[in-house]
Amino acid sequence: MTQQSLLDIVLPARAPFSCVLQPGQILRMTDLHGQQALDALFYNDDDHGERYSAQDTLSRQGSAYLGLNSLLLSNEARPMARIIADTAGLHDSSAGACSCEANTVRFGHHTRFMHACRENFLTELSRYGMGKRDLVSNVNFFMNVPIRPNGELAIIDGVSQAGSYVDLRAEMRLLCLLSNCPQVNNPCNGFDPTPVRIEIFAA
Amino acid sequence: MNNLDLATPDQHRARYEQLRANARAAASIFPLSTAIPPLDPAALRSQEMIPAGWYVPLCLQRWDRLRIINRAGTPGVSVMIWNKDDVSERYNAGDTVKLQWTARITRGRVLFSDMGRVLASLTEDDYGYHDTILAPNGPEQSLRNGRQNLRLAACKWGLTRADIAPSIHLFSAVNIDQSGRFAWGGNPPVNATVELRAEMNLLVAISNTPHSLAPMAEATGPVEVVVSRGAPTSADDFCRMATEEAGRGFANTDQYFV
Repeated sequence: MTQQSLLDIVLPARAPFSCVLQPGQILRMTDLHGQQALDALFYNDDDHGERYSAQDTLSRQGSAYLGLNSLLLSNEARPMARIIADTAGLHDSSAGACSCEANTVRFGHHTRFMHACRENFLTELSRYGMGKRDLVSNVNFFMNVPIRPNGELAIIDGVSQAGSYVDLRAEMRLLCLLSNCPQVNNPCNGFDPTPVRIEIFAA
Repeated sequence: MNNLDLATPDQHRARYEQLRANARAAASIFPLSTAIPPLDPAALRSQEMIPAGWYVPLCLQRWDRLRIINRAGTPGVSVMIWNKDDVSERYNAGDTVKLQWTARITRGRVLFSDMGRVLASLTEDDYGYHDTILAPNGPEQSLRNGRQNLRLAACKWGLTRADIAPSIHLFSAVNIDQSGRFAWGGNPPVNATVELRAEMNLLVAISNTPHSLAPMAEATGPVEVVVSRGAPTSADDFCRMATEEAGRGFANTDQYFV
């Protein structure tokens, strides 16, 4: 990519991040060590009531997994961002983000006090005057959640390799929230959370 | 970090595989309703028809039964649910499918909130195909549509667009193939019926509008909604006992009301 780099950081394992993209700017997310889920949520930065809609996005594209050319739609069914490069494939937008409360149900009450993506999302949302009611189903980059014809759904080993990346181009002024997933109770991070690289390129 | 993080990846994987195997074994015990039991007139709280293209906001008390009868076979009836006592807690589609290891939410399954609690149980269901992965229809498809109707219902309680999260669409057969492509699986029969049991005090928005994948843009006729008083959910209730995940979700709900 020849565009000017505006940001280049390594997001530590388990950490939150947020940024605002201008239309046309590109967010590159690189899975540095492989099989590392990166949870993402998007808001129209001019009107935070307009936010990512997983259901509208999947209905419009007619298939369950995000990949190259997937168009991320808002709750007004407007384009928010497009995936313009993807070397991993099979990104999830059905299973949502992990939380302390859901962990008690999935894995038992002894797992309640473990760090979780919704803790990360709330940390970032609170900086923009938002809270839990603004949390909706998100994109899980590098997370593999096949839905079988009989409805079976499970998080299985990720397909992303060390160095796999996704380029997301903003189609509006876009507030991006990221959570480098801390989950160790399922395979979304290879049971071992690792850092990811976050870059922003000029339009 | 928490001591649990000190377990080895192999130990975490072994536990995950065991939970998954337990869920697969439990999945075989969910028969559809063969006959919907008659309503008890003495327990009746409300009974109304939602005309094609319209919605109702309903207020349920814990353990009320909400029967939804699809009188004309509308291909999709969209539902959104909030905890009446704290509307920041609401139906969570991702948790509902992830915690139960299935996108097929049918009789015997439960609807989870974002707080790890059971909001409602599917106590009766004679159809078996409901979707919570995809969207209701929108203004691109019809003037009166599911997206706007759920919003309008929310507005009647003073809620806003921000209070709408992914919803569930009853009577919506969505097939998925091995590559992840969705296809409409056919329209429901006239009088297909679902009954939900409120496990908390709930606000429920119900929209009589088609699913986004349905072949028609307009509902085919009315949907009847009947609310009745019901007995508390028993310790050995079949929805509570169906899976270990449901059991832990009910424990969280019970703790909330202590």
